[in-house]
Amino acid sequence: MHESIIRTPLVTGNPSLHDITEDISRPVEGKPTKAWWIGFIFSFLGLCLWLYSAGYTMTVGIGAWGLNKTVGWAWDITTFVWWVGIGHAGTLISAILLLFRQNWRNSINRSAEAMTLFAVICAITYIFTHMGRPWLFYWALPLPNQYGSLWVNFNSPLVWDVFAISTYFSVSLLFWYIGLLPDIATIRDRAKGVAKKVYGFLSFGWTGSARSWVRFEAVSLILSGLATPLVLSVHTVVSMDFATSLIPGWHATLFPPYFVAGAIFSGFAMVQTLLLVARKAMRLENYITLYHIELMNIIIMVTGSIVGAAYLTELFIAWYSGVEYEQYLFLNRVSGPYWWAYWIMMTCNVISPQLMWFKKLRTSLAFTFFISIVVNIGMWFERFVIIVTSLHRDFLPSSWAMFHPTFYDVGVFVGSIGVFFTLFMLFIKFLPGVAMAEVKLLLRNSSEAAKKRMAAKEGKTYQFSPETGGVVIAATTNVRKGENHE
Amino acid sequence: MNKYAVALYDDEDILKSGIGRLQSAGIKIHDVYTPYPVHGLENLVGVRRSRLDIAAFCFGCLGVSCAFLMMWYMITYDWPMNIGGKPNFPIISFIPICFEMTVLFASYGMGLTFFIVNRNIPGSTPRIMDERATDDRFVVAVSLNDAEDPEGINSLLRDSGAVEIKQKEAAY
Repeated sequence: MHESIIRTPLVTGNPSLHDITEDISRPVEGKPTKAWWIGFIFSFLGLCLWLYSAGYTMTVGIGAWGLNKTVGWAWDITTFVWWVGIGHAGTLISAILLLFRQNWRNSINRSAEAMTLFAVICAITYIFTHMGRPWLFYWALPLPNQYGSLWVNFNSPLVWDVFAISTYFSVSLLFWYIGLLPDIATIRDRAKGVAKKVYGFLSFGWTGSARSWVRFEAVSLILSGLATPLVLSVHTVVSMDFATSLIPGWHATLFPPYFVAGAIFSGFAMVQTLLLVARKAMRLENYITLYHIELMNIIIMVTGSIVGAAYLTELFIAWYSGVEYEQYLFLNRVSGPYWWAYWIMMTCNVISPQLMWFKKLRTSLAFTFFISIVVNIGMWFERFVIIVTSLHRDFLPSSWAMFHPTFYDVGVFVGSIGVFFTLFMLFIKFLPGVAMAEVKLLLRNSSEAAKKRMAAKEGKTYQFSPETGGVVIAATTNVRKGENHE
Repeated sequence: MNKYAVALYDDEDILKSGIGRLQSAGIKIHDVYTPYPVHGLENLVGVRRSRLDIAAFCFGCLGVSCAFLMMWYMITYDWPMNIGGKPNFPIISFIPICFEMTVLFASYGMGLTFFIVNRNIPGSTPRIMDERATDDRFVVAVSLNDAEDPEGINSLLRDSGAVEIKQKEAAY
């Protein structure tokens, strides 16, 4: 594989294959750090809040939430769509970037895939809590039942959703686990005692033979090919939950691409939030470099612009359609009682990603962290605006109502964030957070050391500057071609 | 009990050239174990192209057929219902679920095939030639069962650039 010298290296420092194993296995093999415990305890408290709030909701019914006859969907579907969206970046990084041979994904795909799984788990918890009678969830499945041969309605996007989300979760789990096998085997071969048995069981007997690697790469590539349209279909189906209805503000053909772009946008923001913390806490600066952060910021900027264009298209179409209900709805979104939610959405999602045009800002860790949080907030508000502002003004003015969240609305939402982070903390403690084998693959061509070797062969000196992310290559007269000057 | 000569290399280029030298000396390689996929190695050791893509295609076809038949049976044949005047055989509405089931069957069918052909079964005891093969060493195993001159094989392995050579006996 050819690799240009002037491309920024993907692995900095000069780690050997063994160093990579040591660096990435350290959090798994060692005792948890203080920072991990603090993070875990806070997350676990959130999980407890979820257990309480969701338990209460399931006990007394969704009357515990601030829903009313007009606004029958609010924080539940808002947060469900938000979590599904967050999940999408993981599949995007692992599948689409693999298909496009973007090697920079190798250091970040494992955490991103784990994030996908945990985000989809949080989304699924919302499906259960908002059912009202979650013990009857199997009614959504096409099962024979005792009420006569009454089947689910396959014309309904809500039934498509059941298939889409469950397929998405299952396929992501398979993709993630197959990718984990070589790394679990590495941990197994280093472990002793009980840990060796546990990781031995989990590694499925992986040996790393030439034959198994050929199959591994074939499976990864085909799964990427399958997961890429899958990820696009999932959010398309989620958007159809709204778009096939006749509610003004929802009944739009724009929804599928707009939701997919929004999902990638919010998902990448969450990947940034997690990776910025993980690289610091797990000392992975050599593997998750500033260059990775910058590339993800560029994706945030592009998808943020698509989302911004979609907002403007919605406004234009409302005016251009000549439908008075659509026109009223968008005027009400912009200047009605929920104007603040609309303008939070616009500020966070349209303006903030445009700041990433400045290299100085998109290569600043503090600014990236700040924007990643801002985008997540903005994308939550986007779903809130779509759902609540479309519902709170009914066709009959006598039905007009406002939505006020209760403690249990907030509890289930904040609690689901606790569930997500608890799972993520457990993941980085018990499984390798960076795909070791895939990073080792980069060492030969795309690492800083490899670039130095390449430059030396051409009689140049190579200098990488981590601050600017740039490279300096100077021709030196005293270096003879072919000599290795490391 | 099978006997193997196990050679450890510390660089993939030396590994590849070493395998070439061993093969030109007429030594049959049992298997090679590496910490990451070494591209080009499969041609050297004669690993055929994976046919998992064909498996995925077949399972995908099965998935789409199952989905279509299921939906046709349920809402067209078994219990047609008038829902908002929509047709009882709504092929367009079948598309999302047909697609999802195709992906599900293809992924899991191929995944299970991968686990089975690779002998990757939960809790199975792998044939580990050297534990560093998953860390930083490239391991070549040569079967000594029918070898007439094991010492000669050892010296050939040493000459091929191996940094360490050992004998291994495995019960399977």
